[in-house]
Amino acid sequence: MAKIRVETTINGDAAEFLCAGHQSLLEVLRDDLGMTGTKEGCTTGDCGACSVVVDGRLVPSCLVLAAEAEGRAVDTIEGVADGQKLTPVQQQFLEHGALQCGICTPGFIVAAEKLLEKNPDPTEEEARYYLAGNLCRCTGYDKIIKAVLDAAAVMREEPA
Amino acid sequence: MSAAPDNTTDTTDTTDTTGKSERKFKQIGSRPIRHDGLDKVTGRARFGADYTLPGALQGVFVRSPHAHAKILSIDTSKAEKVPGVKAVITAEDLPELPMTWVSQGPAGVDVGANQRVILAREKVLYHGHAFAAVAATTREAAIEAGELIDVEWEVLPPVLSIGAALADDAPILHEGQMTEGAGPPVEGDTNITNQIVFEGGDLDAGFSEADIVVEGVFETEMVHQGYIEPHACLVNAREDDTVEIWCATQGAFGVKGEVATLTGSDPQTIKVTPTEIGGGFGGKIPVYLEPAATILSRKAGRPVKMTMTREEVFRGTGPTSGSKMWVKLGAKSDGTIVAADCRLDFEAGCFRGSPVGAACMTTLSPYKIPNFRLLGRDIVVNKPRVAAYRAPGAPIGSFAAESLIDDLAKKLGRDPIDLRLQNAVEEGDRAKYGPAFGPIGFKQVLEAAKAHPQYKAELRENQGRGVAAGFWFNAGMQSSATVSVSQDGSAVVRTGNPDIGGSRASMALMCAEELGIDVIRVRPMVGDTDSVGYCDVTGGSRVTYATGMAVIDATRQVIDHLRARAATIWNVELDSVEWQDGNAVAVNGSSDISSDKGSLSLEEIAKKMGATGGPIVASASVSPPAAGPAFGVHLCDVEVDPETGVTRVLRYTVVQDAGKAIHPTFVEGQYQGGAAQGIGWALNEAYLWDEEGKVENASFLDYRVPVASDLPMIDTMIVEVPNPLHPYGVRGVGETPIVPPLATVANAMCAATGVRFHALPMSPPVVLEALENAD
Amino acid sequence: MSAPVSRFEAPTEVEAAVALLAGEYGARVLAGGTDLLVQMRLGAGAPALFVDVKRIPRLSSVQLDSNGLKIGAAVSAAEIYENDSIRSLWPGLADATDLIGSTQIQGRATWSGNLCNASPAADSVPALIACNATAVIAGPKGERRVAVEEFTTGPGQTVLERGEFVVEFEVPAPAPHASDAYERLIPRTEMDIAVVGVGVAIELDDAGAVASARVVLGAVAPTAIRVPDAEAALAGSRLDDAALDAAAAASTAAANPIDDKRGTVAYRKKIAGVLTKRVAKTAYVRAQAR
Repeated sequence: MAKIRVETTINGDAAEFLCAGHQSLLEVLRDDLGMTGTKEGCTTGDCGACSVVVDGRLVPSCLVLAAEAEGRAVDTIEGVADGQKLTPVQQQFLEHGALQCGICTPGFIVAAEKLLEKNPDPTEEEARYYLAGNLCRCTGYDKIIKAVLDAAAVMREEPA
Repeated sequence: MSAAPDNTTDTTDTTDTTGKSERKFKQIGSRPIRHDGLDKVTGRARFGADYTLPGALQGVFVRSPHAHAKILSIDTSKAEKVPGVKAVITAEDLPELPMTWVSQGPAGVDVGANQRVILAREKVLYHGHAFAAVAATTREAAIEAGELIDVEWEVLPPVLSIGAALADDAPILHEGQMTEGAGPPVEGDTNITNQIVFEGGDLDAGFSEADIVVEGVFETEMVHQGYIEPHACLVNAREDDTVEIWCATQGAFGVKGEVATLTGSDPQTIKVTPTEIGGGFGGKIPVYLEPAATILSRKAGRPVKMTMTREEVFRGTGPTSGSKMWVKLGAKSDGTIVAADCRLDFEAGCFRGSPVGAACMTTLSPYKIPNFRLLGRDIVVNKPRVAAYRAPGAPIGSFAAESLIDDLAKKLGRDPIDLRLQNAVEEGDRAKYGPAFGPIGFKQVLEAAKAHPQYKAELRENQGRGVAAGFWFNAGMQSSATVSVSQDGSAVVRTGNPDIGGSRASMALMCAEELGIDVIRVRPMVGDTDSVGYCDVTGGSRVTYATGMAVIDATRQVIDHLRARAATIWNVELDSVEWQDGNAVAVNGSSDISSDKGSLSLEEIAKKMGATGGPIVASASVSPPAAGPAFGVHLCDVEVDPETGVTRVLRYTVVQDAGKAIHPTFVEGQYQGGAAQGIGWALNEAYLWDEEGKVENASFLDYRVPVASDLPMIDTMIVEVPNPLHPYGVRGVGETPIVPPLATVANAMCAATGVRFHALPMSPPVVLEALENAD
Repeated sequence: MSAPVSRFEAPTEVEAAVALLAGEYGARVLAGGTDLLVQMRLGAGAPALFVDVKRIPRLSSVQLDSNGLKIGAAVSAAEIYENDSIRSLWPGLADATDLIGSTQIQGRATWSGNLCNASPAADSVPALIACNATAVIAGPKGERRVAVEEFTTGPGQTVLERGEFVVEFEVPAPAPHASDAYERLIPRTEMDIAVVGVGVAIELDDAGAVASARVVLGAVAPTAIRVPDAEAALAGSRLDDAALDAAAAASTAAANPIDDKRGTVAYRKKIAGVLTKRVAKTAYVRAQAR
């Protein structure tokens, strides 16, 4: 069976790949494109570790078929930092110690960036509900939420 | 601990047993950004499933559809013909290791059982038990091949609960199983593998002395560690019979040993590189994939990558035990607890090895109870073999004991913290399992919890507050470290402990503290089994303690070398050179020193290493006989909706003795993470089984771990009662945090509803039914 | 013979999609994929052909006018919830939509997927029924309309025939002094499948009493169900305790759930009553505010 040829944009760069019809975007990113920053935790959309942004929308890449990426814009953790410059979310994660093992971190950062883009001044509750689809087993979420709220303050140029 | 020469100007506190440390740290206790953090926030850090090699095949296990069945025959011929399939293996491809019915060695390791967990041999013993494995060019081909393996089964009735395992007519999992250990003797075919008893005093006399007795029967279900990263490995069996393994594991040396033993290979030929690891909590100590991947790789002549799906993690890896516990406490009316009688029955899963022993050791050890008996039984059932889960056994036993202590406090009209203070163990008291406690911080932690603002926060209707305590003895075990000085005056610290929670940064901090340089100038790394000396697993809350000791030891040796080099440069005796704040300093007013300032920085000495004797490297190994126990007390406020039984956690505080917090942020993180796991265990987590022994909720959708919106901010208080066994006073912190929460939450719900819950999880239907029955 | 590989097509016209679906037995519609792909992973196997309907412009369009809402079947839940007009006109339906899974799932999930998967516990379905929504279906024989209330016939079963798929939903504009609400019970605060879901739409008369009500239960029967006795209990009332108690009792009686890993029969029946009261009150207050 011939593979499907997909032309897409990943982190702002033109990209193309071949895939089978049933392959998920997560699989192709990790196994075919070598972009292992996006993680697989469950493949059933329950853990958020595979979070990416497609056409500006936060989605679980395990439940997006690779073929759907045709002509769309895909953004992953690898594209979050601006060249050498970490974003406030990334920086606050480091300063707050909002990661222990780090496996959930890429998914959280992609999701948190999206949260703050839509809602630059979330309450703690809003942040928690927005991020409820990202599971963390190490931290109990406390430092993650604090990092996100402080990143929001930094982005609003207020004292954290 | 090994005798490192004391060359620092600060008095080392290893000999200070008063529990007070005079040392002023410069970097210990600070919060630098962890060295591996940058890679983790950018997605660059590579975990177990992120590795591959050219030509790597995908390895997939084939798993049993029956919870209990004899394997009469396996025919893999059709599977082998599927295009893309390069190897198919069963237990026949592993050397036969006999089962033994008594523990082998001090850790009770049964290699025959370990091997049969990887690939079933005579019987499958749980639904999902792997009995074959396939390596193919695609995962789909491997799965298709697996479906074509023909097995002749003799299906047997499954044993799915403790009650069922102990029934007179219970099916017996292992013919020839005998019960080892002390306690009432058990005759005939049995599913009880082991009995443990700790006793002291005179139980009957104790209870007859008691003015008040409380008792209860408590039950808990199997729960999973819930790490977000499924197990993963990449194995390359090379043409010269050597094997390279990359895997997410809590102990690379453990993997090396297990692969060697279970595949009948020479350990010397095996090199294991631990990748970054996405959570373990004890569950990534056992070995599930690597021996099979090794044989597949050998047979196929190609590298083999094996990763578990989330469903496989739930069906095929070790959760912790479900339990049934009978606990009875007797106290005088003034609150002194005088007697305790406990029987703990724990599910081991399909092979012996539940943590019932540790449960017996920890359950009431925080309290001075002169007359006691704790009888634990390890019981096999047709479920996955249990694995360690963060302070194994202790949360379970403490759920029962701390619930009853709460009942006692209510009956006596006493504040629950005061009652615990009255009965708390102190230095010199004996733990129930024998040894006397050294300096410990239980009373300090209780006092700190009582003084915490949450203890006085206002509670409204349908809200309640709970308190509970717990402890974990923490481990020592073996560790090695190597420290080397680079030419620019920076240092590299190498150890063999996979970094689960930030330990690399703590190793760097300890080395930096000793050397007197900025922690940013110390590079910590976790080595593979060829690059570092032997290290026991990352687990047992021992890395900051024991591996830290090795790091400090090795660093102090490096400092001796640095002093010697300075002495050479200055042409003076070694003992006129001291090490202060990153510099060799001339002391004793030696007037022969030609150096202009009488001091040499590490950088300056490093530049001259070649000329003064060569590279500076030092290694140390430790095997401390004991560690420092850590006590914790938790506070929890809940609100229970009386119409639906839904519980919300409003406030939560963890107070715990860390001895000395090397990196407070990471210590707080351990406190919060353990509490969150305990809250999930208390409220919503449990394996659900159908009548045939199949797990019904093998996904994160229905195995309900706490999500971000379920929890409030978790406040933490680090108490520091230094542990004299460690140069800085460190106590392990990682496991104690999961011990108190089960009872803390149950006690809070009892306060909110008036109902004492004896079974976990306290999910909404359970709570609503209890509320309705109470009316 | 190696494992079959799925084909993938992304037609840009309804007729093309119909032809693909009608022409192949193993063809499945791919909207958000949050049920289809999960089922694939859990053993259903990959379909022979994925028909991605998201490139058909009609399925992404959102039209709002005085008659109500006409919305493409592939509009994501996130986009629906972000629409201020939809949220203000049908707050209950918007809430129900927002409850389908996590933020990530919201970025993919659709009403059509939620409806066509036909899980008894689907969150948007009771709310769609409460709002009297209609599904517009395209197929080999042309288009037809089916009320959402009649769409599912059992767990996993719908009235769709071979080659048919949902292209649009129509939701009539609420009358003045009418509004809706939806709540579900789950053990955690997010991420769970509903143990019980209740959608209520209430229209008030000029005096402020309930002119009519639609009460719909989810997750307590093979499909979402209306509770006529609850509706009758609320009609004519101002949601006094007697009316609410009667409505709750009617819901408890009508609920016909199973015991499963998410809830027991007794629990679900009880909660159906509790939620009916709570949701009715919310809908009533919202209706008063309009």
